[in-house]
Amino acid sequence: MSPTVLSVLLALLPAVPLAGSLAALSPRTTPRRLGPAATGLTLLLAIAVAAGYDYGRHGLQGQTDASWIPSLGVRFHLGVDGISLPLLVLTALLTFLCAVHAERRPPHGPGARPRTGLLLVLEAGMIGTFAAQDLILFFLAFEFVLIPMYLLIARWGDDGAPVAGRHPAKEALRAPPGPAQGAANRFLLYTLLGSVLMLVGFLLVGLHAGTFDMPALAARHGAGLGHGTQLAAALLIGIGLAVKAPMWPLHSWLPDAHTAAPTIGSVLLAGVLLKMGTYGLVRILVPEVPYGTRQLAPYLAAFGVVGILWGALVCLDMVRRRAADLKRIIAYSSIGHMGFVLLGIATLTPAGLNGALFANIGHGLITGLLFFLVGAVKERYGSADLAVLEDGSDAGAALYRRAPRLGGLLALGAIAGLGLPGLAGFWGELLALLGSFHADPALGHRTTYLVLMALGGLGTLLTAGYLLLMVRRVCMGPPAVPPVARHHPSEEALRAPNSPEPAAEPGIPDASRFELGVWAPLVALTAVAGLWPAVLLRLTDPAVTALLGPR
Amino acid sequence: MTPALAALVILLPFAAGTVGLLTGRLAPGLARPLAVLPTALSAALAVVLAVRIGSGQADFAAPLTPTGGWSAGRDMPISLAFHLDGLATLTAVLVGVVATCVQIYSTSYLRDDPRYRSYAAVVSFFTSAMLLVVLTGDLVVLMVGWEVMGICSYLLIGHHWEKRDARSASLKAFLVTKLGDVPFLFGLFLLAFDAGTFRIDGVLTAAVNGRIDHPTLAALLLLAGAVGKSAQFPLHTWLPDAMAGPTPVSALIHAATMVAAGIYLIARLHPVFLASGAALLVLAVLAAITMIGSALCALAQDDVKRVLAYSTVGQLGYMAGALACGDRDAAAFHLLTHGAFKALLFLSAGVLIHAAGTNSLAAMSRIRGLRHRAPDAFWCLTIGLLALAGIPPFSGFFSKDAVLAAAEHATSGTFHAPPTGDVTGLVVPAAAGWTVLLSGLLTALLTAAYATRLWLLAAGSPTPTLTLAAGADSGADSRPQPVENSADPQLTAHQPTHQPAHQPAHQEAADAAHEPPAQRWPLWALAVPSFALGLAGLNTHWLPALLDQVGLRPATTTAVPSLACAVLGVLAGWGAARARPGADPGRTLLGPLHAPAVRGFYVDAAYSLMFVRPVLGAARLARFLDADVVETYVRGTAATTRGAGAAVRRAQTGNIQTYLGVLLAGAVVIGILVVV
Repeated sequence: MSPTVLSVLLALLPAVPLAGSLAALSPRTTPRRLGPAATGLTLLLAIAVAAGYDYGRHGLQGQTDASWIPSLGVRFHLGVDGISLPLLVLTALLTFLCAVHAERRPPHGPGARPRTGLLLVLEAGMIGTFAAQDLILFFLAFEFVLIPMYLLIARWGDDGAPVAGRHPAKEALRAPPGPAQGAANRFLLYTLLGSVLMLVGFLLVGLHAGTFDMPALAARHGAGLGHGTQLAAALLIGIGLAVKAPMWPLHSWLPDAHTAAPTIGSVLLAGVLLKMGTYGLVRILVPEVPYGTRQLAPYLAAFGVVGILWGALVCLDMVRRRAADLKRIIAYSSIGHMGFVLLGIATLTPAGLNGALFANIGHGLITGLLFFLVGAVKERYGSADLAVLEDGSDAGAALYRRAPRLGGLLALGAIAGLGLPGLAGFWGELLALLGSFHADPALGHRTTYLVLMALGGLGTLLTAGYLLLMVRRVCMGPPAVPPVARHHPSEEALRAPNSPEPAAEPGIPDASRFELGVWAPLVALTAVAGLWPAVLLRLTDPAVTALLGPR
Repeated sequence: MTPALAALVILLPFAAGTVGLLTGRLAPGLARPLAVLPTALSAALAVVLAVRIGSGQADFAAPLTPTGGWSAGRDMPISLAFHLDGLATLTAVLVGVVATCVQIYSTSYLRDDPRYRSYAAVVSFFTSAMLLVVLTGDLVVLMVGWEVMGICSYLLIGHHWEKRDARSASLKAFLVTKLGDVPFLFGLFLLAFDAGTFRIDGVLTAAVNGRIDHPTLAALLLLAGAVGKSAQFPLHTWLPDAMAGPTPVSALIHAATMVAAGIYLIARLHPVFLASGAALLVLAVLAAITMIGSALCALAQDDVKRVLAYSTVGQLGYMAGALACGDRDAAAFHLLTHGAFKALLFLSAGVLIHAAGTNSLAAMSRIRGLRHRAPDAFWCLTIGLLALAGIPPFSGFFSKDAVLAAAEHATSGTFHAPPTGDVTGLVVPAAAGWTVLLSGLLTALLTAAYATRLWLLAAGSPTPTLTLAAGADSGADSRPQPVENSADPQLTAHQPTHQPAHQPAHQEAADAAHEPPAQRWPLWALAVPSFALGLAGLNTHWLPALLDQVGLRPATTTAVPSLACAVLGVLAGWGAARARPGADPGRTLLGPLHAPAVRGFYVDAAYSLMFVRPVLGAARLARFLDADVVETYVRGTAATTRGAGAAVRRAQTGNIQTYLGVLLAGAVVIGILVVV
């Protein structure tokens, strides 16, 4: 494929969803078809970009570089390389799956038209973030994402309402801004605060270096920027991006937002939005202000590892309580997983950065799948609360029996989430730990990194612990007891279940064909990335080596 | 040709598992052939591979992925490599053969299980992962197989997830082994860092040439993983609980996969361990504690599967001891014979458990004529126990003696040198030799005693009668016990795994169903090597020709004391049973040690105190901090903002006089500042 065609394709990538969102405004379009069609077209374009990408050539490809705001030196510069290509494809895939899912299983809220429009705006912003090669353009795209996600959480979010119609009186009494509105507000304010700092950092870099062009800045590796400037810029940009990642202790927007968001919101939030933060760290912080990054890296690593342990411990405590929201558990698990990404970045080694980028994709696939699955559970039970699922029994919800395919997939998601080798979660964690075994010598702090590595290893153990405890409570459970025996557990009743099929119990429909179709790509890619890690690492490795620059 | 063969050995069961999971509902008739045939073919190919490789060595590699390494331009690629030698190929044969027997046996044992399909697929994955560990030539790929095995064991042990003890045991198995796997991973990093590669041949070369800078640390970290997988003290506690899984799974885990992996790993990376006397001594001490402790526990257990589980722990201790004494071949020899006779013991015990309808030895001893209801299983159990007790000419005698001979060698500081290169820097401490030798002899005595006890209780009463305990007339139905809400987990563990499916009126039919051919033939297939495999070591052209060509013939200095210990143990067990008829000979022999031995010397309680409770406390603390402290500063920020807003609002009174007054005051202050 000629470079020009690739440029056109890449430029179309954010344009198609943007045009789709405008089309959604027109009353003549049918939003039910528009959403899947526009996101599907975007996915095809993303696959075409991946197919047209020249794997043998390093550096940016498919560039569009046009003057945009000459007075400020801001350019409209798009491009793709081994770091952004996987994220672009992941974004297009997850958005497409969300669009398809939302048409069949629409979340409660205002109609399909605004939802479709917002989803497309969201996609344009996410793709723009990963394709932008100009700091200001990156910032705009980064901010562009906030409003649609805010509205998705606030308007289509779950206000923690119990099973429909059970407490109408309480419903009416609740103050107008429900938990979803509160969570959305917090998400918006938190991220905006971070973004403001980030913008100041960008201006600092851009004005001192005389350009906002990211490849140019990256190629300089900080030349021409004083140490003080670098440190200040790294701190400002770092905090802005760390809020998004989220890094402990700036994470407290995340659990509420994830819990309140509708399924598609949670999937995109965890699958793509968090990655925008870590992508920014790799793309901007590491190559453009290397001195500042080196100064901050040990702290970033330490906060990342605290996040790993913190997320795991909080999940462990939640999963042992009688009542705990599954979505909240998965949300907290994201803090731990993103901790590995932060640790990998902070090692400033090729292995660590490769691991961070791999973990980005792995987490997007796995947590996306988990949020879809938990959403399906919530649809069936009317709640994702463990106490509701278990329905009074203290032994588990026995999803393996009630809905074997759903239960099996949930167990698979949990197993992938705990970093089992052969699935996508493993390589990111492995490489992040490998990197911290011998972090960049220029950082000093060898012992610190070794301790952090050991603590990260402990984190994998704790993660395995709470995920398997979750499987135990959701998927496993007591045997089916016939309705009679439930009330009279007599000797006879205990011996009775000889029949191969258990007696009828409150029916839970198993995963439908439609649902399996939506989840299948995520399951397949989780396995492919796990079994053949070179798919991603061959892409990221040369790009990462270039980012780190000559040492 | 050879690499393709090795790849096929691994991929066949993997493909079978994948296809089985994906197509199961569409073609239920395919489940059984899909479970058995690829595994059997894989075993056959493993035999071909073993013959082709012989005592030679072969390395093949293809790149899997770059990692980037620790600095730019110095990549540490991960490769799809094979490191093949006699140790690898023989272990692969063992894995293939035992897995095939287990799959065949399972077709009958779990024939009415609604979850047979996923069960068979996971067993296939399990087999494939173990074969990957055995044949791979890359440390990271080894780690992949290693952990996949862990999750497969979790799934299989939790097969009867309706039972509380199965749920707990599955979780425990995974977490306890993972506790060892974390240091193990760091050990791999350290080895790879020192050797500059993840390839096993590179690491071995580096170890032999003394290029591993921290051999003791690396060996101890690796040891943690091996100890976890091979259920050595102090990470052994998952194995006895793992009995909650179906019996064929126990056979698979105990004989050929999972527990064998730890021993295999130490044998594979033996030069690294030989480079560190301290690590060898630690290994010897752990092996000694494991051997003696587990033998005492085995003597006290009531559940027949738990007795066998503890005996596995002890026999693995022998292998670890042999490795601590620098003799890889003796360890491999015992691994092979133990794999055969332990699989035989579990599978025949499974038949007996079906026939008796209970796991409990005390209950079994009250059933008269059990041996006549399942004669094949009875004889196979007997052969297996004779091999376990180390009675010649059964295989266990020869391999156990090889271990003891290695220990005896080591007491004088000599050892069978590994075949790779220069070994001048490698030493085996004499203390390790003495530790293993003495504990090995004591364990031989105890092993013979508990084997005798097991035999007397499980199949001892010869009179055939039909007076059976109520509910004990079990068929071969393996559906899990429906009793869930039993308050006492101990009680649940002792309840029969299998519920009655036949009425006493159909007693004849039920009797025939105790030993269907698919269960009988695997037993006899395993009985042959359990009996004869020991003889294969007699001639250096037989089994040793496939290993390092070191003789595995029994030596008089160790064979006589070990045989004496075994005979003494048998006599002790028998004498205790005679002295107090009707009583448990284990209780008589152990005396005051019985109560702690039943509970595994309270290791679980220690874990709960040292690990579980602190972690859960930390979890509570983290959640409290997250909910109440981190939140507080977030809310604090909001409150501050609101307060600031209110303060600013208050200034806007709308009173012109106030504004002017403040303006004037400000001007005066500025004026003063400028002047001064």
